[in-house]
Amino acid sequence: MLKIWSMKQQQAASNAEGGPKKKKVTAAQLRAQKDITELALPSTMRTNFPDPEDILNFTLTIEPDEGMYKGGSFNFTFAINQNFPHEPPKVKCTQKIYHPNIDLEGNVCLNILREDWKPVLNLNAVIVGLQFLFLEPNPSDPLNKEAAEDLRLTRENFKRNVKSSMQGGYIKNVQFDKVLK
Amino acid sequence: MTVADHPKCGAGGLGCEVLKNLALSGFTDIHVIDMDTIDVSNLNRQFLFRAADVGKPKATVAAEFVMRRVKGVTITPYYGAIQDKGPDYYMQFQLVICGLDSVEARRWINATLVDMVDPENQESLKPLIDGGTEGFKGQSRVILPTLSSCYECSLDMLTPRAAVPMCTLASIPRQPAHCIEWASILEWPRIMGDKKLDNDDPEHITWLYEKALERAKEFNITGVTYSMTQGVVKNIIPAIASTNAIIAASCCNEALKIITSCSPFMNNYMMYMGDEGVYTHTFEHEKKEGCPVCGTLATDYEASGEWTLDEFIERLKEKPDIQIKKPTLSTERRKLYYAGPPQLMEMTRPNLDKKLKDLMDSGEEVAITDPGLPFSLRLNVIFSK
Ligand SMILES: [Zn+2]
Repeated sequence: MLKIWSMKQQQAASNAEGGPKKKKVTAAQLRAQKDITELALPSTMRTNFPDPEDILNFTLTIEPDEGMYKGGSFNFTFAINQNFPHEPPKVKCTQKIYHPNIDLEGNVCLNILREDWKPVLNLNAVIVGLQFLFLEPNPSDPLNKEAAEDLRLTRENFKRNVKSSMQGGYIKNVQFDKVLK
Repeated sequence: MTVADHPKCGAGGLGCEVLKNLALSGFTDIHVIDMDTIDVSNLNRQFLFRAADVGKPKATVAAEFVMRRVKGVTITPYYGAIQDKGPDYYMQFQLVICGLDSVEARRWINATLVDMVDPENQESLKPLIDGGTEGFKGQSRVILPTLSSCYECSLDMLTPRAAVPMCTLASIPRQPAHCIEWASILEWPRIMGDKKLDNDDPEHITWLYEKALERAKEFNITGVTYSMTQGVVKNIIPAIASTNAIIAASCCNEALKIITSCSPFMNNYMMYMGDEGVYTHTFEHEKKEGCPVCGTLATDYEASGEWTLDEFIERLKEKPDIQIKKPTLSTERRKLYYAGPPQLMEMTRPNLDKKLKDLMDSGEEVAITDPGLPFSLRLNVIFSK
């Protein structure tokens, strides 16, 4: 045990540190702080913190200015846990929307939110990924099978359905939330 | 899990082995922490437990068993989570051995032991020996908090749990596990709403099992069972008794070497693979520059309590060795100043005009992030007299 301490003393000589021991910001919290304050949000997106003391839970609003979902305002909740960034944030859409990669419960099929998450990825990457889902809905990764099938068959019909769903209309007996801004 | 003379450790698969080895190696004062109770399924390899012990705390039963069997050893059990205890508790040990099954708990004990190191006090540096197994694979490592690579340094190296794309679960399940994951990730929240899924509640597991079974039938998949449901939901990788024995042996050897200095201890990471013969590789895992736990040890920074936060930030910006431009600052208990997003910036802006002494105590740690810093910076802000 003595030998370990002499290593420590050598290090201490070159490294000023110490002072009274106080509680530290956790690694998860610190990483979230860095990611959140350095988000590069375009004008089509904004964050909201319902409890500003809690940076681990917030909502993101996306208002696409091009593509089939233009004119809509889409809300997602982000929940970051103490295992961040080892684990990805949990992201859910709070509205019922007609999208091949988002199911009626708000689950999102985005590779970096699950199978392709890596700790080196940050919240900005997730946000860019979500924005991309509205520009390029992807029928080959369906979470809403009807919507995916619709998109695969006729893009024009799918477009019409997206429009009507965003106005709060019905598609195949399912009523969607009005999400026009 | 814990050992004193002081080692301290858990009492699961690895824990049983570690406790037995420590006692037989002559350690006389051992503490053990474990938050689990004994389940029937543990009896096959957690050899300190008998059928009559089912339902009792592992820590207590393990301690009693080993004390009965090995004369002269005192084992103090604690039935609860490692997080229940603080630095004062961990300070009593000479070293800590852990055989934890969660990343979160490992990160916690690692950060706690790194934080405890006080350069003025030799006793505050507690070597951490960490063991882990996954089927035929395992690893053991020695962490000298603040001196050598810590658990957080190698977190990026961990293979994340192999996840299946959400859309596979939703539309084309191929394996029984896909049906179980579908039930827990998609079907539970859909039907149960905000009700939280409790992995330890047999009723909840039964519900998932039944849903998964129905879905498996629909897709002609066989093999969904209750115990598999439990395993998938709790992310249990089948434990192999011999892997536990090998890793526990390595952990105990290192504990013995550290405490007695009879031989140099491991530097600092051993991985073991038993799936094709026996292969081990020992190497030095290096400290990660900017590791959020050990790479950014707080340095002291002298300031006046009369400075405003704004003044403090301006002075930091002038320091050539720091190189910050648009910093965000916080302490463990509050946000000092957030450079973004707008809502948090508005909220914290009034703090800029407040005096440091009204925002923090002398010696309190300030964590700083900045777009110009790849990592974060920690300063112990000490008020000049
Ligand atoms: Zn580290």
